[in-house]
Amino acid sequence: MPSTINLQPSTALAGAKRWLLAGIVLAVVVSLFSAQFNRYYLGIAIDCGISIILAVSLNLINGHTGQFSLGHAGFMAVGGYSAAKLTLVCSPMVPDSLKPLLFLVALVLGGCVAAVIGLGVGVPSLRLKGDYLAIVTLGFGEIIRVVVQNMESVGAASGLKGIPKYTTLGWTFALAAVTIYVIASLVNSTYGRGFIAVNDDEVAASSMGINPVRYKVTAFVIGAFFAGVAGGLYAHHKQFLSPTGFDFLKSIDIVVMVILGGMGRTVGVIIAAILLTLLPEVLRQFADYRMIIYALLIIGLMMLRPQGLFTMGQKKKGAAAV
Amino acid sequence: MEWFSQQLINGLALGSIYALIALGYSMVYGVLRFINFAHSDVLMLGAYAAFFIAPAIEKIIPLPSLTGALLVTLLSALICAGIGILIEFLAYRPLRSRPKLTVLITAIGVSLFIEFTCQHKAVFGADTKPFPQLLPATDFHLAGLVVSSNDLVVVLVTALLLAGLWFIVHKTKNGMAMRAVSFNQQAAALMGVNINRIIAFTFGLGSALAAVAGILYALKAPGIEPLMGVQPGIRAFIAAVLGGIGNLPGATLGGLLLGLLETFAGGISGLSSYRDGIAFAILILILLFKPAGLLGKATVEKV
Repeated sequence: MPSTINLQPSTALAGAKRWLLAGIVLAVVVSLFSAQFNRYYLGIAIDCGISIILAVSLNLINGHTGQFSLGHAGFMAVGGYSAAKLTLVCSPMVPDSLKPLLFLVALVLGGCVAAVIGLGVGVPSLRLKGDYLAIVTLGFGEIIRVVVQNMESVGAASGLKGIPKYTTLGWTFALAAVTIYVIASLVNSTYGRGFIAVNDDEVAASSMGINPVRYKVTAFVIGAFFAGVAGGLYAHHKQFLSPTGFDFLKSIDIVVMVILGGMGRTVGVIIAAILLTLLPEVLRQFADYRMIIYALLIIGLMMLRPQGLFTMGQKKKGAAAV
Repeated sequence: MEWFSQQLINGLALGSIYALIALGYSMVYGVLRFINFAHSDVLMLGAYAAFFIAPAIEKIIPLPSLTGALLVTLLSALICAGIGILIEFLAYRPLRSRPKLTVLITAIGVSLFIEFTCQHKAVFGADTKPFPQLLPATDFHLAGLVVSSNDLVVVLVTALLLAGLWFIVHKTKNGMAMRAVSFNQQAAALMGVNINRIIAFTFGLGSALAAVAGILYALKAPGIEPLMGVQPGIRAFIAAVLGGIGNLPGATLGGLLLGLLETFAGGISGLSSYRDGIAFAILILILLFKPAGLLGKATVEKV
């Protein structure tokens, strides 16, 4: 599908910067009052923020670049375990005043380890398309889970316990804002048009001098980095990690957020991430039917609105909305 | 040597089941070019069908017995063929002209729907149920090896079904139409092949094989539960890719190879806990080095 390409991304970038600043300020202000919030709602709000990071980062791979990854939970697991292990080892040695720094280092480390794995997944994606790629990424996710399940140093099947609670509302939403900003401005940059070009038509893109291989791998690496960061936040929010929490279903959850929001639509994907995180809480009294409804939602969505619910009349497949 | 032969027998039995399931994936991929994620759930439904039919049959023919087992399997296969055709009609047919990813995600949705519906306490419930003894089971002791009669039945039934399938695909009119549709759907339609009927037939055939595989799998497993199809289903899919998806002898070969590899790896103490990962590692390797599979033909993308 051809798309008109906005050759002047600078205005979008300036807008994005303002949004980023607003997002971080809002996050900090809100987190100042977070002590007064109901702990239940606070927890859900943090869940929403983590979902936003996951969905927006997967959107770079599945939406903008047009690949199909079913292994996002695997990246999240790698990041979560790496970050948690670091804080578990280092937190007794670090004075309280430096704890936020330690947390930041742990999150970045988690992201980097996940990015390295993302590089490993990105390489086969050069040769594979569509459902084959989906299966390979699913396989990678499962392999990561099996490896974690057998690693005694991270608690194996019984899980990693006693992770310090560092994740706050401020951290989560500040990082969500950073994720949205980085990915949206990346896709809106001159360089980033390549992602959309690869999505639109790989052959045409490569004949225009765009290297599809590089863009695909870049998408996987960056997407995996943020999934790893989200994993770190998740680990220090729940204070407990178990390999079963990062199974195929978790990956599907994130994929559904991206599809519901509309592939490649940042705003839609954010709305979908929030809605799908709230859905299980709202459906609590129908817990038995929750997953059945969820499955029907996927089928219904594919039949009736495969382009996503929140596309808001945008006809263009290109230009990422911020 | 004894260890080797024992693993060989176990591996062949497991591989035969994978092969039966893999054929279903491969046939559907052949005609529709997409992965039917719900195939592994049809397998589970086949085992449950047998679970509910067996007590009814037992009133007429005492179980365990050969005729009784045959009747139960036949009825379950028929029911599953119907379910397979129904899934295709309701979920996949409306999406046939859509992008492949849409259909793939729908297939995942259908699979989740069947799994979660069956897990609901009003349907089957999530607990493991003991599978009825359909056949008299004995262990044969041959030169220090233990061969269970169930394993022999599995290998034998698979061989018979493969022969039957080969006959259907190569010697009957429907089989010829199937091959035509998988070769070129539009050209087949122009030649007067009823595409919808052939696709439904393919789904029915694949689902019937899955039902038999489900029953054979249940005979070896400690019991049946709504998620029992997931692991063999994924393995079988990998087997289909390993052999070359869309290629029926390839699916059989892939199934047997995967069953053997997994059994041998499971027998080595250090590797046994990584059993689940082995299949995927093989898949990734094969896709990296020979994406068309062992027996598949590489295709060039035309612009």
